[in-house]
Amino acid sequence: MIPASFDYLKVHSSAEAIAALVEYGDEAKLLAGGHSLIPLMKLRFATPEVLIDLAGITDLSYVRDQGEHLAIGALTRHADVQASPELQTACPIVSHVAGTVGDPQVRHRGTIGGSLAHGDPASDLPAVMLALGATLVASGPAGTREIKATDFFHGFLETALAADELLTEIRVPRHTTGWSYQKFNRRAQDWAIVGVAAVTGDRTGVALVNMGPTPMRAEATEAALAAGADAATAAAAAAEGAEPSSDQHGSSDYRRHLARVLTKRALVEAGLN
Amino acid sequence: MSLVGARVIRKEDPNLITGRGVFVDDLDPSGTVFATFVRSTEAHAEIISIDTAEAEAAPGVLGVYTFDDFSELPRVPGLPPELAPLHRPLLANGSVKFVGEPVAVVVAMDRYKAADAAELVTVEYSPLPVLPSIDASMAAMADPEGPRIHPLLQTNALPILPAPEAPSEEFVNAPRHAALRIKNNRCSAVAIEAFAVVADWRPEGLVVWATYQAPHHLRNQLCAFFGIDASECRVIAPDVGGGFGSKINFYVEIFLAPELSRRLRRPVKFALTRSEAMVHMHHGRAQINEVEVGFDDDGIVHALRVHTLQDIGGWPDHTGLGLGVLTSAMAGGCYRIPSVQAWLTDVITNTTPIAAYRGAGRPEAAFLIERTMDIVADETGIDPAEVRRRNFIQPDQFPWVTPANPDLAVYDSGDYPAGLAELLRILEYDSLLSEQAKRNVDESQPLMGIGLSCWTEIAGFGPPGSLEGFGHVGSWESANLKVQPDGSVLISVGLSPHGQGTYTTMAQIAADELGIDIDRIVVRSSDTETVQQGIGTMGSRGVAVCGEAVRNAAIEVRRRAATIAAHQLEANPDDLEVVDGGFQVKGTSTKSTPWRDVALASFQNLQLPDGTDAGTLDHTVFQTVPNFSFPSGAYGCVIGIDRETGAPSIERYVCVDDCGTVINPLLAEGQVHGGVAQGIAQALFEEVTYDDHGQPTTTTLIDYLVPSAADLPDFEMGRVVTLTPVNSLGAKGIGESGAVGAPPAVVNAVVDALSAFGVRHLDMPLTPEKIWHALSTHGTEV
Amino acid sequence: MGNSTTAARLVEVGVTINGVEHRMPVEARELLVHFIRSRAGLTGTHIGCDTSNCGACTVLLGGGAVKSCTVLAVQADGDSITTVEGLAGDDGSFSAVQEGFRQEHGLQCGFCTPGMLMAATGLLSTNPDPSRDEIREALEGNICRCTGYQMIVNSVRWAAEHPDSAPTEGSAS
Repeated sequence: MIPASFDYLKVHSSAEAIAALVEYGDEAKLLAGGHSLIPLMKLRFATPEVLIDLAGITDLSYVRDQGEHLAIGALTRHADVQASPELQTACPIVSHVAGTVGDPQVRHRGTIGGSLAHGDPASDLPAVMLALGATLVASGPAGTREIKATDFFHGFLETALAADELLTEIRVPRHTTGWSYQKFNRRAQDWAIVGVAAVTGDRTGVALVNMGPTPMRAEATEAALAAGADAATAAAAAAEGAEPSSDQHGSSDYRRHLARVLTKRALVEAGLN
Repeated sequence: MSLVGARVIRKEDPNLITGRGVFVDDLDPSGTVFATFVRSTEAHAEIISIDTAEAEAAPGVLGVYTFDDFSELPRVPGLPPELAPLHRPLLANGSVKFVGEPVAVVVAMDRYKAADAAELVTVEYSPLPVLPSIDASMAAMADPEGPRIHPLLQTNALPILPAPEAPSEEFVNAPRHAALRIKNNRCSAVAIEAFAVVADWRPEGLVVWATYQAPHHLRNQLCAFFGIDASECRVIAPDVGGGFGSKINFYVEIFLAPELSRRLRRPVKFALTRSEAMVHMHHGRAQINEVEVGFDDDGIVHALRVHTLQDIGGWPDHTGLGLGVLTSAMAGGCYRIPSVQAWLTDVITNTTPIAAYRGAGRPEAAFLIERTMDIVADETGIDPAEVRRRNFIQPDQFPWVTPANPDLAVYDSGDYPAGLAELLRILEYDSLLSEQAKRNVDESQPLMGIGLSCWTEIAGFGPPGSLEGFGHVGSWESANLKVQPDGSVLISVGLSPHGQGTYTTMAQIAADELGIDIDRIVVRSSDTETVQQGIGTMGSRGVAVCGEAVRNAAIEVRRRAATIAAHQLEANPDDLEVVDGGFQVKGTSTKSTPWRDVALASFQNLQLPDGTDAGTLDHTVFQTVPNFSFPSGAYGCVIGIDRETGAPSIERYVCVDDCGTVINPLLAEGQVHGGVAQGIAQALFEEVTYDDHGQPTTTTLIDYLVPSAADLPDFEMGRVVTLTPVNSLGAKGIGESGAVGAPPAVVNAVVDALSAFGVRHLDMPLTPEKIWHALSTHGTEV
Repeated sequence: MGNSTTAARLVEVGVTINGVEHRMPVEARELLVHFIRSRAGLTGTHIGCDTSNCGACTVLLGGGAVKSCTVLAVQADGDSITTVEGLAGDDGSFSAVQEGFRQEHGLQCGFCTPGMLMAATGLLSTNPDPSRDEIREALEGNICRCTGYQMIVNSVRWAAEHPDSAPTEGSAS
């Protein structure tokens, strides 16, 4: 399968990227690693008029320990997030989950920013950001702003990013206490049928993969935990408010069930009883 | 030193591991243009109009074609004349019968331009009632005014093997009865190389490169189709990226590519994308088996009745029509069941056609009988291994004429008790049973299930009449063996291998007979201009039929060479023996002559004995065999099931195979591994599905779950050897064994694990959700 | 042409494949796998699916294994690529991974094999002694329909156990 034709522009700085977004508007799509966008273009589900390639921006691939948080450049590839000693030490859930995205080839191309900006509810990393309470940094014509991960995912493949904004950095809090990521699929290479990210200890957060049109927090579970519930009780509420779809990979009932089972496992692995 | 039986590494590999293999889409003869289809988006509809104007005007487009452009050409060959309404047109003619059916063809300068232009063709449809399944199609038959997919045929159901008038006496008199309705899931072969063809019709004749399992067969069909001589049509199957039965069908582009090349006066290529292949290349399996079994309290089976409903899709394929005949013939499996009544209804549906997929009708038989044996075990409370033992055909009962189809299936040889015993030994069956008893009452552990599959199948398609019904010119296989002037050997085989390692195994067989270094033996195939008429690679026939041809050709060439050697040594040919590299007078190493000298002399009249012509060391055999061979095996699966999610996980998979003589254990194991992987995939992962509107829902490898290395276990291997009497090698064929034997072991294991929950049967694929549902349904009932 | 400040449909792309630079204008939408196969004429890299599931198109890009059907040629502009044709030494000697696949019957039809070889080469470059489970996990993005994978795992283990059979470093480029 072959993408429809488009015009291509390679930019070399965030400023150039934003200028291009301003110039081309809705007709343009940003290209990072391409592993979310190019498959859609090959199937012609996505037919952008203009593709703005961010690969020329060399200063957005990094992991930096900033004390309270770690800053990850949006163009950092999954494989580099996975291998980052800073993250492995100070926020291991992020490096671990980056290592569960797709397969090794995908991880060599796909970027953390591309994955988050795509806003796919079936992706692994958005749930981790929600559970951690990460902060996303966006740059636009008016400058830079911080967006809480919990405010970032708006609708199916829709995010808080404006059409002329570029995701530049992800800030994850230092978190070395309990954590777990539970991914359920039928084949190793597949997207999660359901996934659960949980962190406990310094902060508590639980978020769900593929349980609705957006990546989402398990708010009822978080509330139960805040009220002192045990893992099993809190997990029983994991699917509350979720509206998972039914498809050949799983019915909505089964997804709700999985959300409860996996949440319990995640909480237990993260150290709760 | 014998090479037969040795782990010889393959002659095929150096090209393929260096990227120097040549597959069809690698070929771009000068001037090649690219053709692509516009496909039906409707499962069943009348075509109101097709607008090609915009596509024709698109950049780089050489032509856009619809049925009307080819109306003078014949229909796709293969089906008998009495089924004329089912003879498929090259492109949809006024109506479409399944999603993906080609409606128009776009030819452009390259695949990018072709893809762009294909999107510009507009087709207007008027929907017709959609019958996307056997059940829907049969339900429509209940109404005399109900929809018919082919109105001229007036029926959706073809009674290929008629139902018996009444149940047999043995069935009626059996003390106990049970029934089971089994769905054998529709699968896609997913050869990783999708279908591709390049045709170049030049003034001097037609050349076709196709990814195909039977190029001579294809050549003969093309010649009949176009009315040209076989000698002016050359078909080449270069390296072929897997087949599994999916590359012996007559896909329409096989005929369209030559016709377009003739019209455009340049080479034309079709190369399907995976999304196209998933709806276009014929699927396999897709049966319903309605089984009734009569048995007694001792677990002895008295009678079996099986009605097979075979989904054959919207435009039935000639192979697909007969798949259920093989299922019916093999319904009795390894067991001496006195009465087997098996009949067959082929059902037309608004889906992709069904044809051969690895095992082609026999996996369905093995599945239904092995599920049935577990049902008998369950009903009688006798261990499944013991039930099988009590019913086995015994080693001294061969040849065994199966009552299911005495004309087709006369089992040649086997030792089923030995196979099962070896399996149970490797499994350590008794300790597994104790482990299972402990685990299944321990809520902290995954549920455990043990599944057995004792199976046999029809292989070695070679007896006269066995392939003619599928349109082949014969059922033999051919081999030509020639010794070159330097003593090296060239063998041409009529097979057309695509991964089997045929060039290696045939060289092993010849090397043993000739005493020539295997490195000096080259095997070639798959080019109708350079290889004598052949049949092809299918039906586990390579070694069993063509191996015999090679052996007999080698023996004859050796006999002729011995007369030359005897002339050189001034000895009697009968006093010579073959040694490594040449001939010697028996026991006398000082009186010897190397192959190099014999070979050279064979081309020199002055060096030949009187009455021997130059070029005599060149012999062709068209080998037939008196019967099929029936490889067998006993497979065991240990499965763990997550009690909360239902996820199954294979903990052990053991394969004990009996394929008679093994030519090359490395390659034989590879065949079993690959077949078992496909069988496990059918049992746990794969199913081609349609929604109620006939829209396919598994059109990519995202949705059709072919497992990867991370999803499959290592397999434990065992072996039993009973020689087949049908060829001198004693070899039975191993290509389809794994795919035949594997699924029931997996399903029996899962059902075993769930039996405490009242589960008696689950249809494949056994998804975690299906298993969870079975577990949780029980939970609410208690 | 692209690579300037205005978007363009045709772009100049220069990619070094197995040590040879291929530079030409191509459509921006051209997939890297088609660039490798059609422009560079290296047809060992195959296409088995549309959705980056099968891995037959795997090549090494900047040292890491990637699926060339899901990369635009223009994205590889300025990069170095190794394909299956670049694995063997200049003298034709097989790499350890190639030899492992031959010794352990890691291939049958050979169509997925180039992708398997490249993914395995990528694995061994970062993990020279992987366990069987690590090998299976590392090959999760590659589909083989013939072998059932066991002998592919054996093949990669063979390569790990025979590192000396690899051609000297750099000879593949």
